[in-house]
Amino acid sequence: MTVVYHLWLREVKRYLRSRPQIIGSIAQPLLYLLVLGFGLGPVFAQSGQGSYLQFIAPGVVGMAILFTSVFSGIGLLWDRQFGFLKETLVAPVPRLQIMLGRTLGGATIASIQGALILLVCIVAGFRPYSFAAVPLALVFMLLVGLVFAGLGTAIGSTLKDMQGFQLIMNFLVMPIFFLSGALFPLNNLPTALTFATRADPLSYGVDGLRGALIGVTQFGIATNLSVLAVVAAGFVVLGAWAFSRIQI
Amino acid sequence: MIHVENLVKTFGEVKAVDGISFHVPAGEIFAFLGPNGAGKTTTIQMLTTLLRPSSGTMKLDGLDPVAQPLQARSRFGIVFQDPSLDVELTAYENMDLHGALYHVPKKTRIERIETLLTLFELWDRRRSFVKTFSGGMRRRLEIARGLLHTPKILFLDEPTLGLDPQSRNQLWTHVKHLNETEGVTVFLTTHYMDEAERTAHRIGIIDHGHIVAQGTAQGLKEQTGADSLEGAFLALTGSTIRDERADAADQMRQMAKMWRR
Repeated sequence: MTVVYHLWLREVKRYLRSRPQIIGSIAQPLLYLLVLGFGLGPVFAQSGQGSYLQFIAPGVVGMAILFTSVFSGIGLLWDRQFGFLKETLVAPVPRLQIMLGRTLGGATIASIQGALILLVCIVAGFRPYSFAAVPLALVFMLLVGLVFAGLGTAIGSTLKDMQGFQLIMNFLVMPIFFLSGALFPLNNLPTALTFATRADPLSYGVDGLRGALIGVTQFGIATNLSVLAVVAAGFVVLGAWAFSRIQI
Repeated sequence: MIHVENLVKTFGEVKAVDGISFHVPAGEIFAFLGPNGAGKTTTIQMLTTLLRPSSGTMKLDGLDPVAQPLQARSRFGIVFQDPSLDVELTAYENMDLHGALYHVPKKTRIERIETLLTLFELWDRRRSFVKTFSGGMRRRLEIARGLLHTPKILFLDEPTLGLDPQSRNQLWTHVKHLNETEGVTVFLTTHYMDEAERTAHRIGIIDHGHIVAQGTAQGLKEQTGADSLEGAFLALTGSTIRDERADAADQMRQMAKMWRR
């Protein structure tokens, strides 16, 4: 357990020390929040759906967590490049513990990042229907972080260099984001799109965050929690398996 | 302590290690010499569970690194040829994390970190981030870290690359001391023949994935009729210059360099 803790601590320390990275990763969600939030706001309101800023803020939080956690998993590639990965791989520690430390660390920093974005949203005018629901939102953040940190670790363990990175970005991470209902409501969609959005784990995360923060949910809090927990467990197991297969 | 039998590793069509066999008894310092790309590092990577061999058998203290990687890892320590520090952490944090990974008890860890960082003259810089360190300082830190726990077998893959003579001297004195007082078996590679001759009890020479000679420095000199170990080495391996295989990590390192400028 101490090993898991130390590797978790390493991830968190590295995150807290990289100020430019923190600020940089706030910029993109902020752009979505402000440009789309205020840009599409009037259209959204005219169609009788209420405030778009209220609607999109939980989606933007989900987006920040998705990106941060996938990147933390892919950060494995940098450790491979700078050699630190070897140092952990030859240590007399089960690789599962190393992987868990890294992945929990990734989920933690993703949640911190999500909480930070939530704060930014509140500054921009977003209002949770009740601040008492914030702890539940944090649970969802951590679960979403775990899902995608596990996935990121699985990807990072399989890729050998940065060339596959663009591919993952465009064919996996962006679709996960766009299909999650972060930007539009998931009801009354064409059948194909309905299936795609139901298959996207982030949909349940964003819906859960919406349920917690603005009290509106499509699938229900219990469904969201259980789907995310199962998928998180699945991806962490997948990540652990991929990690245990790494050769230098 | 180290038994290797008919070990083979192929990368695509290239046979990096082609059926080598050797044996290092407990308490011996064994130097593994060879030109660039001869298969030294590949051999060490297989012995240290980082690569799976294509065929052949290995035993570390009676344990098979392929079948029992976890137990095998608890038997050795290693100083890698290329960097393996976390540059975003401080020198002390790198040492401390290593101690935690190797289950060195907290009290011992604190004492040994101080001793080793002092020995390699890094104690004053313990709170500095490794990214601010020069190449030589990083190298010294890697070595200090590799010595933090006392393993049964110590692998040193070109540990003195880029070190000044003072630090080199410190390193070999310390390694010899560990070998004599704690009976640590040492498996080292180097390009400096004088180091091998002074430190190692026995020497193996590898070229093109084959072991071309094994014996004491004296024995190798007699075998080839050369008057120095360097002469013997050149007689055995020829004088052509070799190319090394660039792997994915090397390519990425080059890419990262491009991005930074």
